[in-house]
Amino acid sequence: MATLTEAPARAAHARTPAPRRRAGRTLRKLPVRILVGLLVVVELYPLVWLVLGSFKTQDEFFSKPTWALPEGFNFDNYTEAWSGGGLGRNVLNSVLVTVPSLAFMILLGVAAAFALEVMVWKGRGTVLLAFVAGIMIPGQMILVPLFTVYFQAGLTNTLWPLIITYTVMGLPLTVFLMAAYLRAIPREIFESAAVDGAGMLRSFFRIAVPMMRNAIVTIALVEFFSVWNDLLIALTFTTRDELATVQVGLLQFSDEYGSTQYGPLFAAISINVLGILVLYLFLNRQIMAGLAAGSVKG
Amino acid sequence: MQSVLGDKKAILILLGPALLVYTLVKLVPVFWSLGLTFYTGNPLSGFDFVGLDNFSRFAEDPQARSALWFTLKYAFVLSAGQIVLGYALALLYVFVLRRASTFVRTVVFFPTVLPTVAVALLFNSLFATGQRDGPVNSGLESVGLSAVDWFSTGTGTFVVAIVMELWRSMGFYAVLLYAGLVDIPEETLESARLEGATGWRLVRHVVLPLSLPVLLSSVIFSVNNTLKVFDTLLALNNGGPGGETTPLTLYMYRTVFNYADYGYGSTIAFVLTVMCLLVTLMVFRSARRDITRA
Repeated sequence: MATLTEAPARAAHARTPAPRRRAGRTLRKLPVRILVGLLVVVELYPLVWLVLGSFKTQDEFFSKPTWALPEGFNFDNYTEAWSGGGLGRNVLNSVLVTVPSLAFMILLGVAAAFALEVMVWKGRGTVLLAFVAGIMIPGQMILVPLFTVYFQAGLTNTLWPLIITYTVMGLPLTVFLMAAYLRAIPREIFESAAVDGAGMLRSFFRIAVPMMRNAIVTIALVEFFSVWNDLLIALTFTTRDELATVQVGLLQFSDEYGSTQYGPLFAAISINVLGILVLYLFLNRQIMAGLAAGSVKG
Repeated sequence: MQSVLGDKKAILILLGPALLVYTLVKLVPVFWSLGLTFYTGNPLSGFDFVGLDNFSRFAEDPQARSALWFTLKYAFVLSAGQIVLGYALALLYVFVLRRASTFVRTVVFFPTVLPTVAVALLFNSLFATGQRDGPVNSGLESVGLSAVDWFSTGTGTFVVAIVMELWRSMGFYAVLLYAGLVDIPEETLESARLEGATGWRLVRHVVLPLSLPVLLSSVIFSVNNTLKVFDTLLALNNGGPGGETTPLTLYMYRTVFNYADYGYGSTIAFVLTVMCLLVTLMVFRSARRDITRA
């Protein structure tokens, strides 16, 4: 591709001596390089500044210029945020909510997609449509009735409202994307399995699920971010501080100290950012592809 | 064989649980909410039937009007920014950086996956003023301008919110649009180049028309998401100052949980849903082909 596109340009400059041509090219590329460099700095500097800030003392925040480096690398702010600010508890709650939500969502969603896409029965189109229509409905539309029911059932003192709500809110996209993946698998595979005497449950667990492993990882990543980063549901259904998830805890972090302690606040934000960064370093390809594929989500 | 593929028991086992919880936790609440729009009150005080009063109240409520106006303004400005910047980046990736774009693409995408609350608190500090000048105000001062107290005005907060969201999401829209640009066949571009279309003219007359479908679905996706903005504005400046940056979502939340008016809150949620529905219907019409292929 590169050689093809450069061919006309080369012909036009054929008479220019080689060294000048190379210098000209470098010069022409310079604005682009500066632009790209600037772009990377704009994206990364706020994060670097954040992490540097997490090592500063309260004094340094007020007396030193904002771009000064911290005087030392002490982790006091981190221990303060983790135990004093309750971030440790918040992270545990988020894990306790996210893991079961994802497990239920995927188990229910993949099985439903299989029944709706592979199996043959009357009315499956309507049911699929009912699931997919759920993508369009904002969370606000179900918040009030769910709050009423959870409250009356005495569930608001547990993490169950979050797990149940996240599971159901993730189902439409899971069913939609999994049905799309199943559509790409040739039907003959399931038909010949049926001829060979395999029941549909066996076909599902032994054939469909292994074939969809990549798709399942993708949807798990997409839904992980939407559950882990959610504020609306977590804020509505966690009535006690001990149940707060990471996002709720972070939101309330500055209030907890009266006048804000910036060091621990920066440390708390940093923990959030760095945790996601580790995940991103390993899985950035899948994350980028997955989020782009899941962009029908509303 | 058809009887195996249509095995009723298997369908029940596979679909039953999902359909049951989906019906109970999503479908029923939607209709319940719809019903609540005709009432006022809450479970403790009891509900009074008010017919369509909630809707006429919405039309006359200055706070609701300002929230609706703010939501539309926010969605319009942010979506325009996301698409323009995302498209510019996608063009940069495809035509200038080419295969070397992986690193830049990955870096610029990263903030997309960060929690909104964390990003909002970060930007609150970046734009802070006074004793604890953030880098933005320090930068302004160092080039001889005066510091701006961003969070004391609605306009200032709006600007920070837009800048923050663009910083966070332009990498996402770039990747989304990049996928559309890469699909343009090289031969098409080559023959256009041979006919003398280069640079801006190539983009304007060849690339832009060919990437129109993916561009359109990105626009609609973006509008649909920005209409539902909630955590950004709550975490950035608590919807303030004085409710000036309160979108419909936050106004609905406060109506229900601070003022305990479940009926009116449901009405606001319904208005929001109708707005999203109109946009999303367009998503499905324009994007169905692209997405099922992925």
